[in-house]
Amino acid sequence: MTDADVPGAREVVVGVGAGAAGFDHERGGGGPGSSIATTDMVLNVGPQHPATHGVLRLRLTLDGERVVACEPIVGYMHRGVEKLFEVRDYRQIIVLANRHDWLSAFSSELGVVMAVEHMLGMEVPERAVWLRTMLAELNRVLNHLMFLGSYPLEIGAITPMFYAFRERETIQEVMEEVSGGRMHYMFNRVGGLKEDVPAGWTGRVRAAVAAVRSRMPQIEDLVLGNEIFRARTRGIGYLSPELVHAYGVSGPIARASGVDLDLRRDEPYLAYGTLADEGVLEVVTRTEGDSYARYCCLVDQVRVSLALVDACLAHLEDLPPGPVGVRLPKIVKAPEGSTYVWTENPLGLNGYYLVSRGEKTPWRLKLRSASFNNVAVLPHVLTGCVVADMVAVLGSMFFVVGDIDK
Amino acid sequence: MSDLFGTESWWVVIVKAVLIFVVLVVYTLFNIWFERRVVAKMQHRVGPNVHGPFGLLQSLADGVKLALKEDIIPTAADKVVYVLAPIIATIPAFMAWAVIPFGPEVKIPFTDTVTPLQLTDLPVGVIYVLAVTSIGIYGIVLAGWSSGSTYALLGGMRSSAQMISYEIAMGLTFVSVFLYAGSMSTAAIVEAQEGMWFFIPLFPAFVIYVIAMVGETNRAPFDLPEAEGELVGGFHTEYSSLKFALFFLAEYVNMVTVSALATTLFLGGWRAPYPIAFWDGANEGYWPVLWFLGKTLAFIFLFIWLRGTLPRMRYDQFMKFGWKWLIPAALAWTVLVMIVRKVQSDLTLDRQTLLIVAACVAVVLLLVSLIPESKKADEVEDEVEFDAFAGGFPVPPMPGRQTSTDRTDQTETTATSTTSREE
Repeated sequence: MTDADVPGAREVVVGVGAGAAGFDHERGGGGPGSSIATTDMVLNVGPQHPATHGVLRLRLTLDGERVVACEPIVGYMHRGVEKLFEVRDYRQIIVLANRHDWLSAFSSELGVVMAVEHMLGMEVPERAVWLRTMLAELNRVLNHLMFLGSYPLEIGAITPMFYAFRERETIQEVMEEVSGGRMHYMFNRVGGLKEDVPAGWTGRVRAAVAAVRSRMPQIEDLVLGNEIFRARTRGIGYLSPELVHAYGVSGPIARASGVDLDLRRDEPYLAYGTLADEGVLEVVTRTEGDSYARYCCLVDQVRVSLALVDACLAHLEDLPPGPVGVRLPKIVKAPEGSTYVWTENPLGLNGYYLVSRGEKTPWRLKLRSASFNNVAVLPHVLTGCVVADMVAVLGSMFFVVGDIDK
Repeated sequence: MSDLFGTESWWVVIVKAVLIFVVLVVYTLFNIWFERRVVAKMQHRVGPNVHGPFGLLQSLADGVKLALKEDIIPTAADKVVYVLAPIIATIPAFMAWAVIPFGPEVKIPFTDTVTPLQLTDLPVGVIYVLAVTSIGIYGIVLAGWSSGSTYALLGGMRSSAQMISYEIAMGLTFVSVFLYAGSMSTAAIVEAQEGMWFFIPLFPAFVIYVIAMVGETNRAPFDLPEAEGELVGGFHTEYSSLKFALFFLAEYVNMVTVSALATTLFLGGWRAPYPIAFWDGANEGYWPVLWFLGKTLAFIFLFIWLRGTLPRMRYDQFMKFGWKWLIPAALAWTVLVMIVRKVQSDLTLDRQTLLIVAACVAVVLLLVSLIPESKKADEVEDEVEFDAFAGGFPVPPMPGRQTSTDRTDQTETTATSTTSREE
């Protein structure tokens, strides 16, 4: 029974451990000070703390500035979305799905509609498939840019954020033009997309992609070449491939540890199979597994995604005009049974286990969201870090709190 | 040193003291605006541009708003110290300006009184600045301690360690200036720079000073005590309203103080810069005030530039940099300057021998430039150490691990509660 379990009790903050500099006794040394009895300090990071972008709470036990234990406490943003899925029909659940990870709204919508289409055995028009692929990749770029900006911000560099947001703005403009939304696009429908893209839009996408691609080196130069940034991130927060497997960590974080898994290539959905065959789809991996490698992975993934968008645009131009959706009956009912669909979301694997009893709402729709597993591994990665590294590690785990709590 | 110091009439002293205070407060307001505008330009933004011409009144409006905010004193705070801390932080920041020379002797308008543009001068002026600014650290440490909050405590701890460490490197760079100027009085140091500004012969000292001054003022990339990402606001997390404003004021005044000190010690103080110096009237009357403030502003710009570009260093890296690199370099440089000065005066060397000595100095400098490599070696060593540390605690499978940490947690909590009960 710890103090935290007593309601209203102050999380006792007792003395400061062995001092910020000396960890002598921890390393088994017998230097001066190692025999002094010290108590650990409990530091609550969050639920409202700038480093947790949202309401993740970490209960850190500190010895001086060294983290000796870490316990992520989740649930502050639980919205009962899985329960809500069960009382909304198949058209309505899309709007819930795109909100659990607000930085990858399009990709999350996609998972749900793909699950429903799979149940219905529905064939999606080719034009819609290519458009979906392209929009998903644009969404991935948007998501990654957010982290490319916010991570340096967390370790004290304030400028890259604005560079990243300028690029986000460029892409968000085209996303907004096509869907009307800047964050929650709601552009997917069961059987395709809401509507065809506006005239001349593809040209503007091409321009936006070219602009972002030309300016990406600015962010890289500002951040990756920086001596302090390297010193802060290299060798920090090492995540071993074994831990990746044990905790089901996925996405760019897993690939930065050398786990070469990308559903876009390994279990192609949408048009990724064709793109992989053409060689446009590269899976970015690193072997170092530290914060720096994770950041590098994101940078390279943006480059790959921009190339994918260009490839999709080229394919779209070759396609004859045609529908981008399937006409649905007034009430969509998935046949009885169950299915599991998983997609490579920007932050990792998102899985959707859909069980239907033939009604107009799902009987159960279980979400497997990437951030939950990525955050679950934190205690292992954080133990042994100093408090300042805590931020450098936490920021590089690239999570969205809504995606943790669902 | 002017004979007038200490013999001036009382009203001149009061006028000068009030003027210094006003200049500093206005300069702070300007600097806040300046920082926001410059950083905004670096980030493709506009920055404050609504209130007043070019948004110049924005910081004034912010200041008034801050003063009108509710003043919160946390329950866990030690009230007396909590209230005292911002005052202790702010007053020394202003006091340091007593010995900073703004210009030469001038005639006060509408009177016949002649006075130097400096409140007073001491034979140990620079040491006085060091001493007074150190007192400001008490304000920060006490603020961190008295807030009764973990974040503030950690922030206060960090800043005390940081400022004390960097003060050593800073103080060491002064020594070479003293050796060249032959005095510790600020006015005399400016006088000694008539021929050549000290940053040319004492360039390494200048560089070390500039690094140390950023560390000393808790500014990016050394702004660890107030690292937003990890410690929220650092030592001033719990402060609000005017008390917070005082810390803010102290930080910006300190920034100007170290900039002014750099100007005085290395950039010729109020002396006109190179092209303007050819004009005869440049170093007379009130013009020097402009040169002085201009040079100070250049340093402020450097501060802002650093903030706009660099991420924050980690605490231990920062300490390692200060103790293992900056202080030895400053020491080595001081010894070198001593030797050169001594040899020069004792042996009355001709130009050729001096050149040979300069060559030796160059060799030494080359050796100094090799230090970063050994620093890299240090880093590798550290990484190895870190691995060993992780290896010393093998990570058992998850359930076993959980219980073991829980168990230590529990014993520690029990130990704590027993201690507190005994108390």
